[in-house]
Amino acid sequence: MAIVIEHITKRFGDFVALDNVSLTVPDGELTALLGPSGSGKSTLLRIIAGLEVPDRGTVMLGDRDVTNVPPQRRGIGFVFQHYAPFKHMTVRDNVAFGLTIRKRPRDEVKARVHDLLSLVQIEQFADRYPSQLSGGQRQRMALARALAVEPEVLLLDEPFGALDARVRKELRAWLRRLHDETHVTTVFVTHDQEEAMEVADGIVVMNKGAIVQVGPPRELYEHPANEFVMGFIGEVNRLGDAWVRPHDIDILFDEVPDSVEALVERVVYLGFEVRVELLRRDGSRVWAEVPRDQAEQLELREGQIVNTRARDARTFPASDSSQSSASEQPTSA
Amino acid sequence: MLGPGIAVAYLGLIVLLPVAALAWNAAAAGPNAFITAITNPATLAALILTLFAALIVVLIDAVMGTLIAWILVRDDFPGKRSVNALIDLPFALPTVVAGLVLLTLYGPKSPFGLNLAYTQVAIGLALLFVTLPFVIRSVQPVLLELDQDMEEAAASLGASQAVILRRILLPTLLPAILTGAGLSFARAIGEYGSIVLISGNIPFKTEVASVAIFNQVESDDPAGAAAISIVLLVVSLIVLAALDLVRRRRTHEAETEL
Amino acid sequence: MTSTAVTERQGTRSPSYGRRWPRLLIRSIGLLYLALLLALPVGLIFVRTFAGGLEPVFTALRSPDFQHAFWLTVTLAAIAVPINTVFGVITAITLVRRRFPGRGLLNAIIDLPFALSPVVIGLSLVLVYGQNGWFGSFLKASGFQVIFAVPGMVLATVFVSLPFVVREVIPVLREIGTDQEEAAYTLGASPARTFLRVTLPAIRWGVIYGVVLTTARSLGEFGAVSVVSGRISGKTETLTLYVEERYSEFDLIGAYTAAVVLALIAVAVLLAMNALQSGRGNQAREWVTDLLRLGRGKRRPPSDNDTEKAALDTNRSEI
Repeated sequence: MAIVIEHITKRFGDFVALDNVSLTVPDGELTALLGPSGSGKSTLLRIIAGLEVPDRGTVMLGDRDVTNVPPQRRGIGFVFQHYAPFKHMTVRDNVAFGLTIRKRPRDEVKARVHDLLSLVQIEQFADRYPSQLSGGQRQRMALARALAVEPEVLLLDEPFGALDARVRKELRAWLRRLHDETHVTTVFVTHDQEEAMEVADGIVVMNKGAIVQVGPPRELYEHPANEFVMGFIGEVNRLGDAWVRPHDIDILFDEVPDSVEALVERVVYLGFEVRVELLRRDGSRVWAEVPRDQAEQLELREGQIVNTRARDARTFPASDSSQSSASEQPTSA
Repeated sequence: MLGPGIAVAYLGLIVLLPVAALAWNAAAAGPNAFITAITNPATLAALILTLFAALIVVLIDAVMGTLIAWILVRDDFPGKRSVNALIDLPFALPTVVAGLVLLTLYGPKSPFGLNLAYTQVAIGLALLFVTLPFVIRSVQPVLLELDQDMEEAAASLGASQAVILRRILLPTLLPAILTGAGLSFARAIGEYGSIVLISGNIPFKTEVASVAIFNQVESDDPAGAAAISIVLLVVSLIVLAALDLVRRRRTHEAETEL
Repeated sequence: MTSTAVTERQGTRSPSYGRRWPRLLIRSIGLLYLALLLALPVGLIFVRTFAGGLEPVFTALRSPDFQHAFWLTVTLAAIAVPINTVFGVITAITLVRRRFPGRGLLNAIIDLPFALSPVVIGLSLVLVYGQNGWFGSFLKASGFQVIFAVPGMVLATVFVSLPFVVREVIPVLREIGTDQEEAAYTLGASPARTFLRVTLPAIRWGVIYGVVLTTARSLGEFGAVSVVSGRISGKTETLTLYVEERYSEFDLIGAYTAAVVLALIAVAVLLAMNALQSGRGNQAREWVTDLLRLGRGKRRPPSDNDTEKAALDTNRSEI
């Protein structure tokens, strides 16, 4: 079921959370709403869910106009950042909730709950209470609960934000696998670009209440529409007007055209990658990302003088304020 | 050991000593005298009246208290802050003044034309007055801290407002409601000042346990008075313990002790 | 579509999908109940008291029995409040900061004044200090009268108003923890100095609020002093006892006047309580509010505070 949003505007007092936003979320895909705090991504998600009502605009789920339909009747599933468990019910009753209130027959409910608990791998906790589960387990329970009523659209609001790094990574991969099995149209909100890149089929980058760019992860990374997107997704160095990815900064010993001398200030070994902090002769500070074997080959160490060359530097036309972080003025090198 | 010593001396002298005397006196004359004192018909009537009145009042308190806590937290209207402050009035106002105040509105010279003085309804009114804040103040903080995510989750799963209330909100609020109800009950069975003017203290009709105790003291039967007192205290403790048990069973979160 | 109400804190975010009329109905029921039970009765007594003009009221105020009752009441409070404040703070600190056998029992004893009927409290005092009480003969021999005299009333007042300061200070002590005190010790402050300069200021709102409640309770006590005092007009009659006495003598204006005085004090107490709620809540709540960056009276855009909330969350044990 595709989601079509048109001309959505939402204010909270004086604060404009969403400014005339339109978007189409493809059917059956895993889409990420990515952006910093205050970008409006959560508000947009909640409007899709019906938990917020837009000041203007329409929301369509499939071919139904659901703008004025309460969340109970939209056929959505929602997963909250802090899990929103029903603390006074067991895990089993939590997952069964949607089915129970629809008065489904006991056997059917029991079977379905069992299947879901196995799917999310918490069947051994079925009779415990949420407070007895870890964060990761609680979130999996929340997912099972949302899936129990077979929603057409699954919405997740920073689902892994409250978990620590390792659990986050595990659940991310797990969500992707789940989606591949179920193919439910899924939208999730995150401020973590790595998460979006890793999990989503398509990313919607948002900033200050507007959509900045939409596309598959690779496209956003390789062809960012403006400085904001380039800076937000992936790492980036600024060289005056130009923006360069760290892995596009070559470190050489020989002088070549376009190369600039630089002092190696610091070499950091981060597992596979090596991060080399450089002070260039023109005064700019950049850092390059170099594969481990190359770093060893070059025998990089602090105090060395090397040559650097920036491949594939990007410049963007003078931005119009609504689309990118207008607060930064490019400085001349 | 200075701190604990002072605390023990203070509490021991002011509270524990008199209470010990109470218990001792009730027991000293022997179980027979105790039973006789309790089963004296007028006393029995007073105890039964007290317990029934307290039960009914607590039930009303539970419902109205939750309702009022709800509108104070979730609703908005002009004057809400004043209303919120007003809730504490029964805590601040002397009980005898509360009785007088109710008498003015519902007694012989009532502008409504009612005259509830010397009736059991009057006792109910007085008890409702003095126990008003307990459930409200118990439920309010829980409502305030309540994560509305749960309600939104329920809505996203298809629950109507009524279902959300019944299956999500009330169960979550139940511990607080029970706490408030327990406090109300303990207060209600011992209430004296607000009842003494408005009820007429008619034996077998509107005499409550606290008045019965008072009368026993006046007629120089402290042992009898002590007996009734112990009954009240035991009932109070049983109810509080029972509520605590129910609350503990239903709460599946960590409890913080002292 | 219904409008969303203005929110103050997370717990007051009204669902936008609710309906209008149940809300109004519930509001009306609640407010009507409060009006009939609380506001109207209290309002009426003010009206009735001044219905016959100011003169009768002033006469009542000038009556020597009234004056005596008033000053006796004030005196009792003036004695009970400091005692319960000082010992209350000490007890609270002891209970929170020290471990000793019987701690749980002590904690339970503090709640006894709440659990006991006032007349029972009065009775228990009579059983200790009265003629036939435990100390009866000893007191008689020394000629010191407790029951049917002011000392007994002091004891009664202290008993009934005992828990308030302790119960208000304990949570504050727990909340602030020992960090500040430990910091003071490492900086060289003695325990006494630490108490005066660090602990006391930190708990001041709890203490103040407790004092307000203690005062209100002391001024309003009726049942216990009723038993203990003998109600001798002009000698051992407090203002509350005076109200009852005047009423039983059919002196309505006298009773109403005294009631109004007590009611006015109660209203002053209410205002103080209300003002302090924001004050005393602040110390604890301020850092939480800052942490969650909630503005008062503004609608809250969702999910902005999650980094902080996440930090709080992961402190609970996660895999």
